[in-house]
Amino acid sequence: MTTTAQYNFAYLDEQTKRMIRRAILKAIAIPGYQVPFSSREMPMPYGWGTGGVQVTASIIGPNDVLKVIDQGADDTTNAVSIRAFFAKVARVATTTHTSDATIIQTRHRIPEKPLGQGQILVYQVPIPEPLRFLEPRETETRKMHALEEYGLMHVKLYEDIARHGRIATTYAYPVKVEGRYVMDPSPTPKFDNPKMHMSAALQLFGAGREHRIYAVPPYTEVVSLDFEDHPFTIQHFEDPCALCGAEQVYLDEVILDDRGGHMYVCSDTDNCEERRAAGHVGTLGMQEAAE
Amino acid sequence: MDSTFEGGFANPVFDAQTSFRAIMDALANPGTPHKLAETALAQGPLKVELASTLLTLSDADTHIWLSETLRTEPIEAFIAFHTGAPLTRDPGRATFAIVASVDELPRFDEFNLGTQEYPDRSTTIVLAVPALSGGADIVLRGPGVNDHWHCSPIGLPEDFLTQWVENRELFPRGIDLLLVADGHVIGLPRSTRISEGH
Repeated sequence: MTTTAQYNFAYLDEQTKRMIRRAILKAIAIPGYQVPFSSREMPMPYGWGTGGVQVTASIIGPNDVLKVIDQGADDTTNAVSIRAFFAKVARVATTTHTSDATIIQTRHRIPEKPLGQGQILVYQVPIPEPLRFLEPRETETRKMHALEEYGLMHVKLYEDIARHGRIATTYAYPVKVEGRYVMDPSPTPKFDNPKMHMSAALQLFGAGREHRIYAVPPYTEVVSLDFEDHPFTIQHFEDPCALCGAEQVYLDEVILDDRGGHMYVCSDTDNCEERRAAGHVGTLGMQEAAE
Repeated sequence: MDSTFEGGFANPVFDAQTSFRAIMDALANPGTPHKLAETALAQGPLKVELASTLLTLSDADTHIWLSETLRTEPIEAFIAFHTGAPLTRDPGRATFAIVASVDELPRFDEFNLGTQEYPDRSTTIVLAVPALSGGADIVLRGPGVNDHWHCSPIGLPEDFLTQWVENRELFPRGIDLLLVADGHVIGLPRSTRISEGH
């Protein structure tokens, strides 16, 4: 018999899960609306994804397969820690393959491979309120959402244009969900915004420090805010991925030496690995050794 | 055996998770049936699907409104023992409304519709129906629905479409509806637009 104290399945106690589950259901019923919830202390600091972890812990079951990414990568500290956390407290299977996962918890990227029906994408959100930097008072932003008063956001985007000649916001680019709520898609690059629109997957957002949960159901309109004469555009990369040669994907810059040498590689490591395994090679990549 | 103490989930943690995922998937994909955990026992008119939903979602923080035939001593004792949820007779205060059949269902606007600032505080109605298919065809559109979806639950109010249009017009306020029968649940969140099928 073990003498080690055992945690409840998926760490959280059942009453906490019920509270979070009720918040998730209301979030799904009101797409883009931020439902307040009573966020718990988690065994990791705020800013490490406590909101996403609580959402995942409340929905996960023994048959789920979990993938965790941090800026697109499966092998960075945050992703490895959270994956190990759930492998330990929920004993679920984990994977790095996007298509094998039933739940994907993400910090600031959406996988390149389109998600399918039945998959759930859980976002870790630092600041859920898109209007917060424009209006610091919660009482006011709540009223603005209630009255659908989003003029301030358009003024902000307009000021971008007046100052820089274009909308300079490149991440956490505000979206309007189903023609009603303006929502912060979490600090994903705006490159990923179009993937949220009419996605077949359920998208859940958890902000632990800020005590908010929100959701975008499958097949829901998610439109990036813009102007007729300054339409929304995504980032464009000159060169393909240096390792796998992929185009139309989001790339990270990697510094190679102290003389200004650098290369651009896929931010989505799983997508890059799969492409290299399939024989795609970029300018700096090496042909995979034949098995 | 006193059924007050019996009749909860056989595996409270995993059964609640199973039922929750069914309800979540039902609301995320309006009109499609999802299987609830069925290890709970029915308590007279409190059908197994209603009991399963109650055990999954309610606790001391949720006010439960019971429809008339469910207001019996054994059912109230069952809810008190297994969930600790307070009961209310005022539909306007209900977090969850548990309704045994359509004859006992008040109009949607008698329930808590939430406020413009806090639309999440509205009532979720859980209605037991005779069957989730085989009735009049209705067409669903909106979030969670890929273009449109047909479904045909039996046992909706006669003026359901009118009431639903009124409920939809209140968006983001409004009630959310769960229909349960045959071990399954169908979700109709307030965001869904419903019209008559052909």
